Amino acid sequence: MLLAVLSGFLLAVAAPWVHRALGRHSGWVLALLPASLFIYFATFLPQISGGGQVVIEYPWIPGLDIQLSFLVDGLSLLFALIVSGIGFFVVSYAGRYLEGERDLGRFYVLILAFMGSMLGLVLSSNLISLFVFWELTSITSYLLIGYHHEEAKSRKAALQGLFVTVAGGLALLTGLIMMAMVGGSYELHELLTSGDIFREHDWYLAILLLVLLGCFTKSAQYPFHFWLPNAMAAPTPVSAYLHSATMVKAGVYLMARLNPSLGGTEAWLLLLGLLGAVTMFVGVFMSVRSTGIKQVLAYSTVMALGTLTMLIGVGTETALMAAMAFLLAHSLYKGALFLVAGILDHEAGCKDFLQTGGLRSALPITAAFASLAALSLAGVIPMFGFVAKELLFEAVLEAPALAGILTFLAVVSAIMVVAVAAIVGIRPWYGPRVDTPKAPHEAPPALLAGPVVLASLSLLFGLGAGLVDQGIIAAAAGAVHGAPVSVYLSLWHGFNLPLLLSVLTLALGLTLYFNWDRFRDSTRFLEVLNRYGPEVAYEKSMAGMVWLSEWQTRVLQNGYLRYYLLTILISTVALVTVTLMTHADILIAPDLSDVMVHEAFIVAVLLLAALVSVTTRSRLGAVASLGVVGFCVALIYVLFSAADVGITQVLVETLTVIMLVLVLFRLPGFLGLTPTVLRVRDAVIALSVGLMMTVLILAASAVQYADSISAYFIQESQPSGYGRNIVNVILVDFRALDTLGEIVVLALAAVGVYAMIKFRAEDNNSSTTLEK
Amino acid sequence: MSPQFTLQSLILRTTAHFLLPLLLVFSVFLLLRGHDEPGGGFIAGLVAASAVALYMFALDIHSAKRVLRFEPRDLLGWGLLFGVISGVPAVFMGQPFFTSQWLELTLPVLGELKVGTPLLFDIGVYLVVIGGVLLILLSLAEAED
Repeated sequence: MLLAVLSGFLLAVAAPWVHRALGRHSGWVLALLPASLFIYFATFLPQISGGGQVVIEYPWIPGLDIQLSFLVDGLSLLFALIVSGIGFFVVSYAGRYLEGERDLGRFYVLILAFMGSMLGLVLSSNLISLFVFWELTSITSYLLIGYHHEEAKSRKAALQGLFVTVAGGLALLTGLIMMAMVGGSYELHELLTSGDIFREHDWYLAILLLVLLGCFTKSAQYPFHFWLPNAMAAPTPVSAYLHSATMVKAGVYLMARLNPSLGGTEAWLLLLGLLGAVTMFVGVFMSVRSTGIKQVLAYSTVMALGTLTMLIGVGTETALMAAMAFLLAHSLYKGALFLVAGILDHEAGCKDFLQTGGLRSALPITAAFASLAALSLAGVIPMFGFVAKELLFEAVLEAPALAGILTFLAVVSAIMVVAVAAIVGIRPWYGPRVDTPKAPHEAPPALLAGPVVLASLSLLFGLGAGLVDQGIIAAAAGAVHGAPVSVYLSLWHGFNLPLLLSVLTLALGLTLYFNWDRFRDSTRFLEVLNRYGPEVAYEKSMAGMVWLSEWQTRVLQNGYLRYYLLTILISTVALVTVTLMTHADILIAPDLSDVMVHEAFIVAVLLLAALVSVTTRSRLGAVASLGVVGFCVALIYVLFSAADVGITQVLVETLTVIMLVLVLFRLPGFLGLTPTVLRVRDAVIALSVGLMMTVLILAASAVQYADSISAYFIQESQPSGYGRNIVNVILVDFRALDTLGEIVVLALAAVGVYAMIKFRAEDNNSSTTLEK
Repeated sequence: MSPQFTLQSLILRTTAHFLLPLLLVFSVFLLLRGHDEPGGGFIAGLVAASAVALYMFALDIHSAKRVLRFEPRDLLGWGLLFGVISGVPAVFMGQPFFTSQWLELTLPVLGELKVGTPLLFDIGVYLVVIGGVLLILLSLAEAED
């Protein structure tokens, strides 16, 4: 199982070389991985179809109780099969679709890494590893949306998708950690059995909101739906795979997954049911209003995600069964339709429905299977989409609350869905021929394989609903419900209200399609709303963040060393003083009885040198007196038997003086430009820093909370460190990691100074050449 | 080279020729004995850097660069690399990163010798210090040109 999840990442690493070696056939070869994964996951079917589950654990970070554990039950298996199955078609399709692209190797890396992350997400049983895979899908999605990174539009869409989903991801992480704290475990298979603990806990609402924020942003629920249509800047195989069949369903997956723990409350029903229904309505409305091929499909995906959320919110057995059936149906027909959209673009150059028509004679096979998939989208008997739609109507009619409003929204949406299906399934293929940018011709087998198989499956599962009923759909619904469900899938439910609604929506939907142009004109006034939509809020908040960071950079990073020092010193003094004041019980009693004469003498010299350095009128004098201060400090180290530190101090002082001398020549003459007031201010600050440090050190040495660690080092230095110089043993052995950090900082500082001097020199050179 | 940096003292220039190798040998001595007596990579690195700085003042930057042979930037990189590598053997011994590993050798003439990863680490510190200090010093001096 570990290998199955990680194989996507492993192959991703090798993909560029595979691509280079195999050239145009690389797509088929790389697609073998998702194909074999599909077969591997299919072998789990017998085990879980009765409602069983398999848990597989590997230790990952045992110290933090984080395991790499996998949970295979109906829900995760359904997703894993969809991810690997559609993955096969998408990878082989992409090999042909993006043939000859310079970056095809990179594309394979990303799409395979995405597949690995998505499988990890749906199979993870540990909340933390689930979150890690969740974020990995966001990152690979970001890179894939921005695949055409030369275009500003792609980059913007990619960033938008990333920001929205990652912001939600942060909320999700908080929610998951709170869940683990309440439930006492990070393991899903343990948490899922303890629903009442969550529902009755004080944190329930907070957990629910945080988790849902993550799910809603990921699954493009209203009002976070706007990133999904923009994400269509990605190449079409990516849209088909990430932004329709799999990644955007991750939020739906998590809501379904957590339904046994968090579901079944009023808040759950209201939030998911209502927001899902609103998303469904907004999505399909925007879909009918659009004309761009990928835009129509993207908004109808938003509709599907809303529908799934609504059904999970309703949460009855029928609703969950409907959700799982709809999930499968949507993945099949939407995957097929997106791939058809790619064919239209690739073979005829069409990107907009207004530029298409009568392509049936040029692309007969594509036309046939596109229409078949569209029939499933519309929910026409005998497609699998019809089975799902019947259950959907049944579920909203029986909803425990809000039944009226949900049914109304579902029916209105279904009418528009039929219109969308007609736009996709009729408009490009039938009617008078419209001139296309490219001379249209039938697609090659690599491009056709996906639409043909997926659309055929839509028909097959419709005719034989029993094929997937107990095998996987009921098992998945059972996993969501937390108990076995007793609803069956069937094509024919008899003459009842759902059937009547189906017929009604078909008729009204077709009417809408034939008045499509008039509908778009009559709703044009609604475009005003775009100016107040959530996307505008997103733009505004991003602009606000940029403004805020500019402002704080201007204030804090002002480029004047003196202000940096002032800020640091004043805040240190203030914070330490407040702490010392509030802990006034610390007794400070300096004991001066054992001070020797030579020690007092060194201190006196030190003070004198410090005084000279701030009052002298000569720059060289200031440097020299600072040097005296440094050497006095070194002497003190030596007196207190810290030979190493003393030597270091002497050497550093020497080098500092050398550097200062080198810099000195660049500076203008020493002028007393600072007004007296400022000098007094600086003196006050300097003295208070000194005073604060003195008090702090006295206070610190007066208090001893724990035994000094020195004894341990002195004792252990020789036997376990093989060295008699304790300072050195500490530096290179006991605390080697700290020292490594320090030398890294040292190296960075040196490079920083180097860059500053070099660029400065270059600037000067270029300006002098300009003057010449 | 602007005249203000070459002190143009014949005595200094002559002594620098002798002092540089002596100081460098001394720095290696400090580096190697550092585990038992005062010394170690940091101090040794500072001594070596001061030696090159002295040479630079006595002659000029170009001679100093020539005598250094390595780019200070490269020394930084090598030093960091040594520092990190010295922590790796422990991982293969199944111990936490940076656990020191020692090898006791008995050499025919020198007698008992202990070689361990902390020495490699100290050499890394040594190189980073030399590289860092000289990178700043040399580029400052060069900017004066």
